[in-house]
Amino acid sequence: MSLPLNKMATTTASHAPNSNPQDNDVLLEVSGLKMHFPISEGLIFQKAVSVVKAVDGVSFNIRKGETLGLVGESGCGKTTTGRCILQLEKATEGQILFEGQDLTQLNSKALIPLRQKIQVIFQDPYSSLNPRLKIGDTISEPMKVHGVEPDASQRRKRVTELLNICGLPAKMADRYPHEMSGGQRQRVGIARALSLRPEFIICDEAVSALDVSIQAQIINLLEDLREEFQLTYLFIAHDLSVVRHLCHKVAVMYLGKIVELADCDELYSNPQHPYTKALLTAVPVPDPEVEKHREHSIMSGEVPSPINPPPGCVFHPRCSLAVEGCKQQVPDLRNTVADHFVACTEV
Amino acid sequence: MAKLLEVQDLKTQFYTSQGTVLAVDGITYDVEAGETVAIVGESGCGKSVGALSILKLIPDPPGKTVGGKINFMGQDLLKLSDAKIRKIRGRDISMIFQEPMTSLNPVLTIGLQLTEAMEFHLGINRKEAETQAVKWLEMVGISEAKRRLRQYPHHLSGGMRQRVMIAMALCCEPKLIIADEPTTALDVTIQAQILELMKDLSKRLGVALIIITHNLGVVARYADRVNVMYAGRIIESGTAHDIYHRPSHPYTLGLLHSVPRLDQPRKERLQPISGQPPDLTHLDNGCAFRSRCSFMVAQCATAYPPLEEVETAHSSACWEKHKLGEPVAA
Repeated sequence: MSLPLNKMATTTASHAPNSNPQDNDVLLEVSGLKMHFPISEGLIFQKAVSVVKAVDGVSFNIRKGETLGLVGESGCGKTTTGRCILQLEKATEGQILFEGQDLTQLNSKALIPLRQKIQVIFQDPYSSLNPRLKIGDTISEPMKVHGVEPDASQRRKRVTELLNICGLPAKMADRYPHEMSGGQRQRVGIARALSLRPEFIICDEAVSALDVSIQAQIINLLEDLREEFQLTYLFIAHDLSVVRHLCHKVAVMYLGKIVELADCDELYSNPQHPYTKALLTAVPVPDPEVEKHREHSIMSGEVPSPINPPPGCVFHPRCSLAVEGCKQQVPDLRNTVADHFVACTEV
Repeated sequence: MAKLLEVQDLKTQFYTSQGTVLAVDGITYDVEAGETVAIVGESGCGKSVGALSILKLIPDPPGKTVGGKINFMGQDLLKLSDAKIRKIRGRDISMIFQEPMTSLNPVLTIGLQLTEAMEFHLGINRKEAETQAVKWLEMVGISEAKRRLRQYPHHLSGGMRQRVMIAMALCCEPKLIIADEPTTALDVTIQAQILELMKDLSKRLGVALIIITHNLGVVARYADRVNVMYAGRIIESGTAHDIYHRPSHPYTLGLLHSVPRLDQPRKERLQPISGQPPDLTHLDNGCAFRSRCSFMVAQCATAYPPLEEVETAHSSACWEKHKLGEPVAA
């Protein structure tokens, strides 16, 4: 499970001196990514009145074969980060280097071959499948669009193969989504993502909508596929225990910024940012005896609006360590111990 | 302690074009005054329908409660007329729903929604009700309570709305609150706030709580007793300690094994329960879990195992229940 992390180079939040041309292992490198959505007023003469800073200076990189977990509460910008990488949103600022090519600079034509390599699995298996397409058509559509398997019978064979890989019987190809359960639909979503033999898959809350017994099946499937096809994942989730199980590295986001980034075991055994600590204590452990003896310090307050975030460190209104300086100065993501990055001045 | 609520052999069915769905197929449990009982299970196992049936909130058609008894303070709720059950809803038994976004009326102010129940049940006038409403909003931790009375649900965040729902549930000082997935739609830090608040208030006011959830962690933290449901039936019931440390049904055991835990070293692989939950329109006489079960014997296909005691105050509906005795690693 452990990967060489000695060359990991993510540093400050705003600019990104982390492009190391010698580092061939890095598959994806995001630096200084910002996504600001304008809020406009007026029906005809629309003018932008302010912006929602959904993602505000995010930098990280992912090595080949590695899984990076992106965790945070709703509205922290984790999904937007994923959508920017997929080029479903045009990033306001920043670089997204995939195999050395900056995705933000490419036009839509140049993106086509890269889109094959970057795929996505969505959260909701109910709304992410076309209800009018048979499962087989859903899975073969990407191949048709990209022209990778022009022959219909070959395509059909590949669909059977993909269904098989994802643990579904071949006869499912002739079914419609409404005939399947949530877990089966999620398997279809995975088969579709795999159909173009991608290198990198963004799992956007891919197991969140599933029941626990089914969730464990899908987690195991994602692990098996990672090994079999040497996949790299960006695993976006809010469930900290699932992320811990599946990821090599974890980035914790709060209000558009990464507040802590570390190797998975390091982050969970030695959380440093007060927000990460609060998140971890908030997760109840399924054991009454453990729960009886656990400390239940509840973090007060709610996530502030990203339209008008607090000045300085965005977490200071809820933070137990906050000092006067936190209200003025935005903390940089700094290296504390080996490969452990924290955006807090007080730890 | 006296039994506050006794549910006996409750059966609720839905009549659909695909056939009759046995959503709740004979469940029996009780709740004592002041205690917290959890009903755990996966989607479609009948946990919500079972709870809605207590207050006759199942839409008819397509649903119908076809059998059983619900004894609450000496009366059978299923036999009560609509007018009489309305006197109990929100007064003696109140409910907290999952979606704080959809369970509040978007076109009425918070104040109106809070005072409505108090005016109806307690017979107090608007002014008194508003004073009370401010008190309850403060109790659930909402700042500037007076101003909030004039606000609409869309002015509030998800966590705040759920606090308003709790205030609504508490405002007539009920004896029992049924919370149907009260925190599923909320973030973990907000979930912790809301659950802590519910636990604290129910203790302080002596209200019994039924928590319906699929989150095993929430159950472990807050419940005194647990009923595990699968395919419309309770398959195991006991104290939280017994359920987590000596599970006596393969399904409970499977659930506990399939969740990754933060307090234990990382496992190489999770152990999921194989297969899919059964179709509730096509249940046979056998155990509904047998196709996913690793303890299956011949008897499982022919007869449904009754819910019987394995030890004091701990029962399981499994023919092989005594083989599951070995404790799970704590």
